[in-house]
Amino acid sequence: MIAYIMCFILFLVGLYGVITRRNLVKIAVSLSIMEISTFLFFALIGYIDGGIAPIVDPADPAKTYVDPLPQALILTAIVIGLATTAMLMAVIIRLYRKYGTFDIREIKKLRG
Amino acid sequence: MKGMTLIVKKTTQLIGGMIFMYGIYVVAHGHLTPGGGFAGGVIIAGSFILITLAYGDDFLKLVGEKAGTTMVESFATIMVILIATSGFLFGTRIFFNNFLPKGVVGHLVSAGVLPLYNIFVGTEVAASIFIIFLSLIIFKEESSK
Amino acid sequence: MNPLIPLFVVTPLVGAFLIMITGRFIKESDKYLTSFVLLFLVFISFYSLLTTGENLSVYKVGGWEPINKVPIGIYMVMDGFTSIFVCIINLIGFLSAFYSSSYIKRYTAGNYFYALFCLMIAGMNGVVLSGDLFNIFVFLEISVISSYALVAFGVEKNELEASFKYQVLGGLASFLILFGIGFIYWKTKTLNIADIKEVFNAGYDKSYYLFVQILILSGFGLKAAIIPFHAWLPDAHSSAPSPISAMLSGVLIKAVGIYVIIRLFFNMFAVSEGMAILITTLGTLSMVIGVFLAIGQWDIKRLLAYHSISQMGYVVLSVGIGMTLVSRGANQEVASLAIAGGIFHLINHAAFKGLLFLNAGAIEYTIGTRDLKEMGGLAKSMPVTSATSFIASMSISGIPPFNGFFSKLIIIIAAIMAKFYLLAALAVIVSIITLASFLKFQRYAFYSKSDVMKNPQIKEVPFPMVFSMVILSIICVLLSLLAIPDIRDAILTPAVNILTDPIKYSSIIIGQ
Repeated sequence: MIAYIMCFILFLVGLYGVITRRNLVKIAVSLSIMEISTFLFFALIGYIDGGIAPIVDPADPAKTYVDPLPQALILTAIVIGLATTAMLMAVIIRLYRKYGTFDIREIKKLRG
Repeated sequence: MKGMTLIVKKTTQLIGGMIFMYGIYVVAHGHLTPGGGFAGGVIIAGSFILITLAYGDDFLKLVGEKAGTTMVESFATIMVILIATSGFLFGTRIFFNNFLPKGVVGHLVSAGVLPLYNIFVGTEVAASIFIIFLSLIIFKEESSK
Repeated sequence: MNPLIPLFVVTPLVGAFLIMITGRFIKESDKYLTSFVLLFLVFISFYSLLTTGENLSVYKVGGWEPINKVPIGIYMVMDGFTSIFVCIINLIGFLSAFYSSSYIKRYTAGNYFYALFCLMIAGMNGVVLSGDLFNIFVFLEISVISSYALVAFGVEKNELEASFKYQVLGGLASFLILFGIGFIYWKTKTLNIADIKEVFNAGYDKSYYLFVQILILSGFGLKAAIIPFHAWLPDAHSSAPSPISAMLSGVLIKAVGIYVIIRLFFNMFAVSEGMAILITTLGTLSMVIGVFLAIGQWDIKRLLAYHSISQMGYVVLSVGIGMTLVSRGANQEVASLAIAGGIFHLINHAAFKGLLFLNAGAIEYTIGTRDLKEMGGLAKSMPVTSATSFIASMSISGIPPFNGFFSKLIIIIAAIMAKFYLLAALAVIVSIITLASFLKFQRYAFYSKSDVMKNPQIKEVPFPMVFSMVILSIICVLLSLLAIPDIRDAILTPAVNILTDPIKYSSIIIGQ
């Protein structure tokens, strides 16, 4: 149970970073932390005590396996996370080139 | 973009090929062992990135490289979709149908169309991660001029 | 199994990647290819709208049949509600793509634009067709990541800032959704929407259930820009290229936000009164606050973006009223009427908001500004834009005989019949403020006397843009026909029935 609470805390750490940090890159890093906490959560819910890797052994099919579906899901989610992070970084470096700063307080052309 | 020192270049020479081969191994055994198209593709892209970083390259060459890689990526994605659609056309009108013979469990050539998917997904992932890397490098080169 | 269902996703995907190849070798092939692909999709989506009716067809990807009535593969589901959505997505998509063929000339890298456009369409079609929770998430990410890139397409200061905000809030929403999916999978060990419903029916922990519902509602609410979560919408929708704004406002927030909320809260979770009242409150807040934020705007596209929040509030409000009535178990006819009004307004909003953004794009294309104070007297030099935007403005403000009037009328009648008098009164007041706001738009843009606009170079926009605007304005008028009971029964009633019936959706899918 403690592992679940830890990964929820990790999520909140990321959320805290997104809300309080003023640096664009730090916001991106905080988002990645949130992402990782979600992946961790998925890995945890697929875990079964004493389970082994889910490659079926024809000789002894009755073994306990861990749930393979969450693992497949996080692989997909990691690919998506990769795309999101790359996109975010591309926008951040372009913003840096336009404004010459990473500070979010100075990037405020859109208001109202 | 400038290359790095002689030590880095020599080490890259030694291990770059090995990383590439390992990526191909992971892709080819995707249906038998953990890993597969995505993991192997990332490893292959890693070897390309390593070589580009160590040796450096001319700006214009990088731009040409990016265009070529985009072609490869699009081609691989279309191939994945085509394989999926060919399952749709042959026989039972089922999308993503595994229409080839399944073979023996544990052999390299088995599991029907899965190895084909793995190969093209691996190509696609390798190409797309390399494209991300190249785009960021090209952007950096442009802005430093 | 209906073999057309996967084509909705496959065709635009193939189109997207073909464009990347052919666009380099054959000049201008990108726009013909996109228009062709989307025209094909429009045909098959209307074909499925006409043939679906009350049927519900399931497509099992990969041919994985259920074992002991437990679904193991990915399901794609086409029912009345979905078929309405694929029609909206592909029709607005086709018209926007056709409009782009002259609008996009000011940007470089047209083939990237069209490739991303096709990817976005593929993602949205995937979201509405998917019968599997995680598949919804994957397709949602495909469509929103392409929309992040499309918002930043101009790579100027505004676009980049809007895209950054959009990405941070969109990323937050994605993780909330993913957490919600994780919690659902933890308890039910399944991801199929129908199967989750069956498992939850067998009994559940109440607080856990509520927690999951809140996670899912806030995640998709962020994507749909319902009011406490709306901060990204005005920036993103006003900074994107105009055809993309039309897609984002007209379709994307509905397909990845409202559609999923409606689908999950009716067909996956058991309808509960508390959640229903929460959703109604959120809808009312969006409707009222959105319009008050809109009224002070002088930038056309920002004004339209705030009105999107307000009009989506109408949809959420009326669906919420329907949900409340369904949960109380009384007055099923009124509940059906409220939900039908919501869906009707959603269809109408896609048509007129798409048209309004295309109009804004035409004005920006001609005179190069979006500020209402700097324009005026365009009615003479741009007659088609002026006429079509008049139709759209009257539709959104709810003036008869245009479509917006009938849908708002149905919503208000349903609210009165359900004894939500306050909400009915608010809906009328918001509609009047909307009218005021759009009269301001009409007056400043087209009718006021302005010396600035005596420039003889200002003339009507090119043919593809005119064509898309005219077609959309005809659709705006034709959609009022949905108020006629016979046509409503043919198109809206199947969608409403699949939502209000608590077991139909899951039992048919599990039964197959």
